[in-house]
Amino acid sequence: MSTREAFALASLIIAVGGCAGTTARETPALGRPATPAEIAGWDISIPPDGRGLPPGAGTSAEGALVYAQKCQACHGERGVGGPNDRLVGGQGTLASKAPVRTVGSYWPYATTVFDYVRRAMPFLQPHSLTDSEVYAVTAYLLSLNGIIREQDVMNAETLPKVKMPNRDNFVPVYPWKPMAP
Amino acid sequence: MRPRSRDRRLENAQEAAGNGLLDRRVFMKGGLGALATGAFMAFASTEAGAAGPPEIPAGMKIAGAPLSPYGSPATYEREVTRTLIRSQPGTTGAGASRTPLEALEGIITPSGLHFERHHNGVPAIDPAQHQLLIHGMVARPLVFTVASLLRYPMVSRIHFLECSGNSGAMYQPTPPALTCGQTHGLVSCSEWTGVPLRLLLAEAGVDPRADWILAEGADAAAMSRSVPMRKAMDDAMLALYQNGERLRPENGYPVRLFLPGYEGNMSVKWLRRIKVTDTPTMTKDETSRYTDLQGDGKSLMFTYPMEVKSLITRPAPGLRLTGPGLYELSGIAWSGHGKIRKVEVSADGGQSWAEAALSPPVLAHALTRFRIAWKWNGAPTVLKSRATDDAGHVQPTRDRLIAEHGANVIFHYNAIQAWGIESSGEVKNVYA
Repeated sequence: MSTREAFALASLIIAVGGCAGTTARETPALGRPATPAEIAGWDISIPPDGRGLPPGAGTSAEGALVYAQKCQACHGERGVGGPNDRLVGGQGTLASKAPVRTVGSYWPYATTVFDYVRRAMPFLQPHSLTDSEVYAVTAYLLSLNGIIREQDVMNAETLPKVKMPNRDNFVPVYPWKPMAP
Repeated sequence: MRPRSRDRRLENAQEAAGNGLLDRRVFMKGGLGALATGAFMAFASTEAGAAGPPEIPAGMKIAGAPLSPYGSPATYEREVTRTLIRSQPGTTGAGASRTPLEALEGIITPSGLHFERHHNGVPAIDPAQHQLLIHGMVARPLVFTVASLLRYPMVSRIHFLECSGNSGAMYQPTPPALTCGQTHGLVSCSEWTGVPLRLLLAEAGVDPRADWILAEGADAAAMSRSVPMRKAMDDAMLALYQNGERLRPENGYPVRLFLPGYEGNMSVKWLRRIKVTDTPTMTKDETSRYTDLQGDGKSLMFTYPMEVKSLITRPAPGLRLTGPGLYELSGIAWSGHGKIRKVEVSADGGQSWAEAALSPPVLAHALTRFRIAWKWNGAPTVLKSRATDDAGHVQPTRDRLIAEHGANVIFHYNAIQAWGIESSGEVKNVYA
């Protein structure tokens, strides 16, 4: 790289670094526009307010069938006693010497259950369940934990309204207080 | 070479702290080339039987091995590997492997020994097929190929990466009987080269109301974490190179997020998507997994920087002392809050402390190597190190850490480590 090129590159970095949020004509500008259809296929994350939850619905009874086939080998019957993470119970244990962290005792948001099952479960075949099956498994786990009733239907409207029992026991540390000099 | 003057220098060296810790300048300026210093031995190594003068070594009498396309460690170092490789039941890729810290020197971790923590294995990614989407609260959602990312201006920085679960076994009521690396080896340090994330965010045009991004990986766990916009616009990098070569698959090939100083899992590997958002997404790994359960049943969340920490790595469990005499104690210190300001070492279980020499470079969010001379008298004792960073944080004792946070935290353990030295030369993890 010539001195002149190096200088140009340095100016470019300073220029771009100083104008975040505005058009940055000085970058190589090699990103190609993403189409709405592409984004829809790519975007699988669900925040607590439920934005982005897909159509579909499921109940605990439907979820029990999916669970028996796809989840039980790792997580045990009714979410307890399997070789991998326990999913049910543990309420009231978090301040004890042997806390049991499960969906029911620990997880602060019901939307996270849907998001995580859809993106990462079943462990050996992620992205193999339909959205309604994910709603159903979510309903089953919430019902086993006594958080919703057995007959409740989980869908894009009902799931974000579920209040998890441990919701208010998380203390965000960010943004943290400025450090003493 | 003036060994005689060095001998005098050592004899005259003041004890800098109790039980044989010498002034740090003994090693820095005097040199020890001509002095007999103690040796550390790995458990498995055997005494070398090299031919002494005047015999010509066998390797000088035949032509050597040929050139090779990609080098490997010496055959005799084959036992220096990642250690304590564990995965969840029924899986081979949902677990961790650890860096053998006691076998390494300096501050750079060889890429093949960098610790691993995967949530569902290492994906096989063809860089020609891989794409990164930036979308959400932006003016222009954009897709980048790996080839296009390689054309952007890059920065190179030396940074540690530490899993927030590193040293988690130290919360247990009895000290783990493991090597140093098996207990503390979820920390490594590399030179990372990549594109400042703010360049790409600027190109997409971030909505000023957006305070967060979500980063998502292309692995079978679709690992995802929310990151404050302030960090994304500060020193966040899309890393493409590690220690001069393209990322290793287990470190996120072809592109990973890198967040200097932050808990390791946030530096999402195999990065495929960045969504600009107004709130944290509250993914599994920032709610149910990487949150820190306190003794009172509450949990801290968004505990991003890894706290100030240090370890003596020579000697440490996995090595042993070979008899009384002069040793160089060597170790690593780091802080997610900035640079290491000082490291103090004690050879009498914490009754007295001496300041160790910091080996340049001393960099923010990087491992810093420290060293100090120690004359071991052969009696059992306890070695400790205590780091202070430039934000003023000091490593706590284990008792204080647990009194403040409880013993159920699992994550963010950074207490002062004590190594018990036995008269046999054996080094043990002790709570002292």
